[in-house]
Amino acid sequence: MRSARLALALSLCSAALLTAVHAQQPKVPERFGIGRPATPEEIAAWDIDVRPDGTGLPAGTARPADGAPIYAAKCSGCHGKTGKEGPNDRLVGRLPNDEFPFGREASVPHTIGNYWPYATTVFDYIRRAMPPDAPGSLKDAEVYALTAYLLNLNELIPSDAVIDATSLPKVKMPARDRFVPDPRGGPTSVPKK
Amino acid sequence: MKVTRREVLAGAAGVAALGANALAQSPQAPADPSKVRGRPSSVLGQRAPSEKPQRQARGGASSGTPHQDLVGTITPSDLHFERHHAGVPTVDPKTYSLLIHGMVERPMMFTLADLKRFPAATRVCFLECSGNFGRTAPPETTPQQLAGLTSSSEWTGVMLSTLFREVGVRPGATWFLAEGTDAAMLTRSIPVAKAMDDAMVAYGQNGEAIRPEQGYPARLLLPGWEGNSNVKWLRRIELSDRPFMTREETSKYTDPMANDTARMFSFVMDARSLITYPTYPVTVGKGWIEINGIAWTGYGRITRVDISTDGGNTWTAARLQEPVLPKAHTRFRHLWNWDGREAVIMSRASDETGYVQPTRAKLLAERGPGAAGYHLNPITGWVVRADGTVVYKQEAWG
Repeated sequence: MRSARLALALSLCSAALLTAVHAQQPKVPERFGIGRPATPEEIAAWDIDVRPDGTGLPAGTARPADGAPIYAAKCSGCHGKTGKEGPNDRLVGRLPNDEFPFGREASVPHTIGNYWPYATTVFDYIRRAMPPDAPGSLKDAEVYALTAYLLNLNELIPSDAVIDATSLPKVKMPARDRFVPDPRGGPTSVPKK
Repeated sequence: MKVTRREVLAGAAGVAALGANALAQSPQAPADPSKVRGRPSSVLGQRAPSEKPQRQARGGASSGTPHQDLVGTITPSDLHFERHHAGVPTVDPKTYSLLIHGMVERPMMFTLADLKRFPAATRVCFLECSGNFGRTAPPETTPQQLAGLTSSSEWTGVMLSTLFREVGVRPGATWFLAEGTDAAMLTRSIPVAKAMDDAMVAYGQNGEAIRPEQGYPARLLLPGWEGNSNVKWLRRIELSDRPFMTREETSKYTDPMANDTARMFSFVMDARSLITYPTYPVTVGKGWIEINGIAWTGYGRITRVDISTDGGNTWTAARLQEPVLPKAHTRFRHLWNWDGREAVIMSRASDETGYVQPTRAKLLAERGPGAAGYHLNPITGWVVRADGTVVYKQEAWG
């Protein structure tokens, strides 16, 4: 009697164990409900990127001459008096016939004029990262002015050009068509199998 | 417990010289440790006093892993290489947020605690800076100097695909921008396909929180892809239908080619191997030497590493240390009975795609004699001189 009860208890026990062992992981839900909605204000405060088609460019306008004093005060220490001297990245310089000899010669500096494929990137990068001792401190008007100044030094726009959200994306960059997708599989390639 | 007067004096002098902090390390080893009771437990372990591996700083913007001092496949977190574009930011984990917006159904903010609530994943993979080769390295070059900008860790985090499902990626979104909260606000455009494959937002490194230099409190992890695309201190992801063409994917991190074009979005790190022993600055003796080192590929698993001990004339397959993990440092080992005559030793990695690590000449033919900077992975050699000293085999470049 007693042993029968024990046996019953044991079998119930093992049934419970078996049930536990065989329980499935719950189905992964469509959403976990973790995190919170971002407000339009939060997105606007952080969404600073500028794209090749001009998306993200703020209001404002500048001519090359507007950038000269700002460049002299805040940029020339690292990039040189005319953008060619360094010691940091050379920003200014074109090559005869807009050649693209960089695979053949490592010593040719990559400048905005001979290497950068999109003018909008100049605005985006200056605004987000320059100058290094006070990154993100330049006002949009100053960034437009510096962009116009550097494009003019690179002979990409004339001295009387007006740079704004409409005209900047239209500046033709000599190196634009030199860039090719990664031939090892392409830009969207996930590892070739 | 017997301590001689001389040991006490030496110990006291040592403590005075090194400061109270060094007391726990007992710098003075007794002649017979089994006759001296050891030090008590402590709250934080430290390396043995005689072991002093260090990163090697290159300017203020990067430092390399001391491969010649390491023996396994995981890089100790404090020796993981660094590369940053505007210094290592200090990020408060309590106020940290990750914003995901753009072409999504529900733009959302995630705190660090939110990220940790999601189902997590752990994996081992290497991270390598795409600029990880010293073209002009002199003979007196260590593996650290030559290729210190690759490291391997176990990473833990939430799969990016999980976060993308949470926000609801809209049809047609094929790229996303990843942006850091460092002073460079470093940005890269990444194909959504990578997010759906194996990308992760990582907050753990080798079992604990990611180090500040590696992106604390959270970073993008793109296994097998060039280091800079694994955006650290990640604060914003924006979905789009095309790439954003940031400075780091146009002006920088593009690869000029021999045919007057430049590759862009060359994300994947090709297969490479690096002998870490014997190399400069060790001196070896005649007899058995286990040549060993690390091999890795961004395309998956290393399938083979061949070793040459005659300057590349003949090759023998090395043994691969199991487990061989995809996109992770794999240690190779090769027994060599050195006869004492000058020899050049080399390693050559192959991966599961059939790719074979190129010779310098083959690499330059494809990339052009001016190839500089990024994605340079040539076979490299080390000269074992008759006197047992070992130096990097210097080769003209271009």
